[in-house]
Amino acid sequence: MTRVHDMGGRFGDGPVRPDPEDAPVFAEDWHGRALAVTLAAGALGQWTLDRSRHARECLSPKDYTAFSYYEKWLGGLAALLVEQGVVTRDELAGRAEPAPSPLSGRRLPVAAVPRVLASGGPTGRDGPTPRFAVGDRVRAMRPARNVAVPGGHTRLPAYAAGAVGEVVLLHGCHVFPDTNAHDMGEAPEPLYTVRFDAGELWGAPERAGDTVSCDLWESYLEPVA
Amino acid sequence: MPHDDHDHPHSLLPPDPALRVKALESLLEAKGLIDPGALDAIIDTYAHKVGPRNGAQVVARAWNDPEFRARLMEDATAACAELGFAGRQGEHLVAVENTAETHNMVVCTLCSCYPWPLLGIPPGWYKSDAYRARAVREPRQVLAEFGVHLPEDTRVHVWDSTAEIRYLVIPERPGGTEGWDADRLAALVTRDSMIGTGLARVPA
Repeated sequence: MTRVHDMGGRFGDGPVRPDPEDAPVFAEDWHGRALAVTLAAGALGQWTLDRSRHARECLSPKDYTAFSYYEKWLGGLAALLVEQGVVTRDELAGRAEPAPSPLSGRRLPVAAVPRVLASGGPTGRDGPTPRFAVGDRVRAMRPARNVAVPGGHTRLPAYAAGAVGEVVLLHGCHVFPDTNAHDMGEAPEPLYTVRFDAGELWGAPERAGDTVSCDLWESYLEPVA
Repeated sequence: MPHDDHDHPHSLLPPDPALRVKALESLLEAKGLIDPGALDAIIDTYAHKVGPRNGAQVVARAWNDPEFRARLMEDATAACAELGFAGRQGEHLVAVENTAETHNMVVCTLCSCYPWPLLGIPPGWYKSDAYRARAVREPRQVLAEFGVHLPEDTRVHVWDSTAEIRYLVIPERPGGTEGWDADRLAALVTRDSMIGTGLARVPA
C-alpha cells in the first residue's frame, strides 16, 4: 500500500548525524547544480509540484534507498522529462542529437530568477466550507492511500492511518495533491493540522503526553463522536 | 497513473551523479530549455543570500517586539513578509513557540519540506532517512543525538510537514539577554534551534 518514501516511524536507520551549523549549503558542487537544473526545468511548467514529488517516490525502493538526496531529484527529473516528452530516451542516452524544443520560449531567463524564487507557488485556493473545526476529534483514513489511483501520490503518512487526533489548526482550502499529482485537477479542499498523541500512534511512546501533528486534507479524515 | 517504469530513464544517464547532472544540464541547454546563467543565479541565491540568518531575524524580532510576536503567532506568512521573507517553499508559514513546558520540533517524513525563505536549503541530516524515520517516533533520542536533553516534564510536539505549510520554531529566549537589541539577539539563534533540534545559544 505504501511506497518507500513513507518512512515515518520506521526502525533501524541508525543515529542522525548532525552537520555543523557552518557546513557548506551544498556539500558538493553538483548538489547545487542538481537543485538548480531541477528548479529551472520545473519552471517550464510541464508538471506540478505534486507530480514531481510523485516522480521521486516512484523510484524503485532499491534506488530510493541507495541514492543520495540529489540523486533522487535527478532520478525524478529524468522520469518527468521523458514522460512529458520534453526529452526523448535517445537524447537522454546521448544516442541522438538534441533537437530544439518547442518549449524553449518558456525557458527561465536569468533576469526572472529572483522574481520566480520570491513568488513561489502558493497552494491556497477558494473551496468548500470546512467540515471540521479546531477542537474536533477526527480519525485518519485507514489504509493511507490515494483513493483514485492505486499506488498514487498521497500526503497521509502510513503511521497516522487509523489514528484518532484533534484538529488544532485550519489552513483554509489547498490544492489536493492526490488529484493534482495525476492530471486530475487541483480539487482544492480544507486542510487541517491534526495532533495525535504519541501513545495513539506508537503504542509505547517515549514519553506519555508527547504529540505528533500532521497536515491533513479533509478527504483523509472522518469524524469521531 | 503512477509510473512504475522498471526501465527507469535515469539509468540512461552516466552512473556518476556529477556527470549525470552535467549530462542533463547540457542536454537541456542544447534544446534551448535552460539558461546556464539562471542556474548560477539559483545556486548563488541559496548558497549566499537565503539562509538561516533570515529566520534568526524573525526570531530576534519576536523576542523583543511583543506586537510583532503576536502577529507572527497569528499569521506567520504575513509577519515574515513584513521583514521581506517570502517565496518558494515558504508560501504558507506557521510559527510554533518553545516554552518551559513545550518543545517543538519539525520534520518532513515524506520528503524534505522546509521553510526555504527563512532557513535556506535544509542540511543533509534533515533529509536523511534516519531523521525522517525517527523524529516522529523517538524525538527525545534524536534530540540527544544533537546534544539536547529536555527536562522530563517538557512535552515534545513534533510537526510533520506533510502539506505545503512550513513551520518555524521560535526557540526560548536565553536568560541574561534583557535589553539586547535584535542584531545581538539574532546571533544567538542557530539554524537547529529554528528546526527544534537545538536550543538558542546562551550568552557567554
